[in-house]
Amino acid sequence: MSTNTEFRTCPTTGLKVDLAAEKLIKANAVAAVIFLAIGGLFGLLVALTRWPEVHLLPADWFYLALTAHGLDVLLVWIIFFEMAVLYFASAILLNSRIAGPRWAWTGFGLMLVGALLTNVVVLQGGSSVMFTSYVPLKAEPGFYLGIILFAVGALIGCAVFFGTLVVARRERTYKGSIPLVTFGALTAAIIAVFTIASGAIILIPTLLWSVGLVSNIDPLLYKTIWWAMGHSSQQINVSAHVAIWYAIAAITFGARPLSEKVSRTAFLMYILFLQLASAHHMLAEPGFSSEWKIFNTSYAMYLAVLGSMVHGMTVPGSIEAAQRSRGLNKGMFEWLRKAPWGNPAFAGMFMSLVFFGFIGGISGVVMGTEQINLIMHNTLYVPGHFHGTVVAGTTLAFMAITYYLVPLVFRRELRFMKLARLQPYLFGIGAAGISVFMMGAGTLGVSRRHWDMQFADAILPFDYPSAAFLMMGLNGMFAVLAAVGGVAFIVVVVASVFFGRKLGVDEKPSYPEVPPQAAVVAEHGSADSLKIPGTTMLVAIFFIAFVLYYFVNWKYLSEVWPLS
Amino acid sequence: MTEEHKSEDQQGTPDDEQLPFMQRLLDNPFLLLFLGIAVPTVFYIIWGIMEITQIPIAD
Repeated sequence: MSTNTEFRTCPTTGLKVDLAAEKLIKANAVAAVIFLAIGGLFGLLVALTRWPEVHLLPADWFYLALTAHGLDVLLVWIIFFEMAVLYFASAILLNSRIAGPRWAWTGFGLMLVGALLTNVVVLQGGSSVMFTSYVPLKAEPGFYLGIILFAVGALIGCAVFFGTLVVARRERTYKGSIPLVTFGALTAAIIAVFTIASGAIILIPTLLWSVGLVSNIDPLLYKTIWWAMGHSSQQINVSAHVAIWYAIAAITFGARPLSEKVSRTAFLMYILFLQLASAHHMLAEPGFSSEWKIFNTSYAMYLAVLGSMVHGMTVPGSIEAAQRSRGLNKGMFEWLRKAPWGNPAFAGMFMSLVFFGFIGGISGVVMGTEQINLIMHNTLYVPGHFHGTVVAGTTLAFMAITYYLVPLVFRRELRFMKLARLQPYLFGIGAAGISVFMMGAGTLGVSRRHWDMQFADAILPFDYPSAAFLMMGLNGMFAVLAAVGGVAFIVVVVASVFFGRKLGVDEKPSYPEVPPQAAVVAEHGSADSLKIPGTTMLVAIFFIAFVLYYFVNWKYLSEVWPLS
Repeated sequence: MTEEHKSEDQQGTPDDEQLPFMQRLLDNPFLLLFLGIAVPTVFYIIWGIMEITQIPIAD
């Protein structure tokens, strides 16, 4: 088939790059980073208000900032970046032209208009309904319309991704099965379609309700279907950031997955079961049977958790196998000790993996258990959990791959390299602290979505334990640290993209230094060796932490709710 | 790409029938898309709405 598609060959990885896809990747990545900056600023304001000694914002501004923060970082930053990931994983990794670039630009335009509209409406002050926008809280019509436009744009992006898979297969631009990174992106796209369809099902009638054309929306029905969008949108993140873990392992070390079959089966577990975890938001609702709750959150969700544990083992395992093949065989951890910890892409990716597993993953299973969910439902434990998954997990992974995108896709030398080397540690440790201390405060009962934990203007006073105040102070301090890391990321990326030295057509950037085997990122196949004693030890430590934390929570439940 | 890393398809391009069932399933993005929408729609949304509709209306 003849097309007018223009390609270049990446001098670093040898990949064939469709220039139309490259422009789309750049546009989506830039939009993503801008909304990360806006959403991150609102997040800092929220954290400084929750810090009892600072208590920065008045109540109305707090809820406005909380609404904008949730929308911009949980939806807009993440999904713009995921569009960039989808175009990279399809057109570039499959050596293909992108299908329907005009459609892709239309989708991008709709997403941009939708995101801007929702932000403007929120900033006008009449739509401080928070990200969840539970009815009967009513926002201005533009709030719902903006999200719907954004979702339609993202759906078009997913259609372009699927179209590119078809084009690549028909034009035989790859042989055999698609590479694992593309398969991870496919998983993200599938979950995105379910997510967006669920959002349309509930937000279109809610828009009509807000303009007065529908008289009533049942709150429980709204909450149920909204979470099919709200929680599943975060499962897109999980699939996308796991794909990025594999991509960074491949580009940095030339690492192949330990077993392509096992890793693809783990992604299949996501496709089938990950979205059912939405039900954990309904565990305290009396209207649902235990069968529905337990099937969705325990039996089915645990299969998706199994998928995550497989990825959690095979990603470091593939790195260990690649490092050992280069002679780093001394002891159990020489491969890890001599890993490139000064490479911000690797450092961010590895911390993302550890924090996602130990903080976001374990706490997710605990919250998904109907009985122990009762001791933290609707407390700050919930945002603590999802800051472990979405911030310390997804955002850190997206930041990490950006350090490769700038030189390899934007074709600019990275600026402020010393700051870039430090950035993942600042942001990662900050985000991990936010998660841990919010979970600690939540365990002590501090409610989420509340402006003032001191209840200063309440008629009936209530005191949380003093440890809860300590937790929220520490949460504020770590939020400041994460904000410093976030600002460092924005500074490095903006300075590099707009003011970094432009690379020549065939010029290799000084960073990243990649091994000749980096091209495995675009190939299907498994590692040669399964000798991974270091990873086995890390997995054992994870399981011990998992079991201990799980039973500590059961013990805690037995004390809150004694049985005799 | 070394020889041992080549997939079956790259070495001989066998017919789809010769590929294992799981590989054929995982190589079909539209079947996966169907499954990824159908499973949560049935178990989470439809089953959930059925439970909500069975809640008695208050007098």
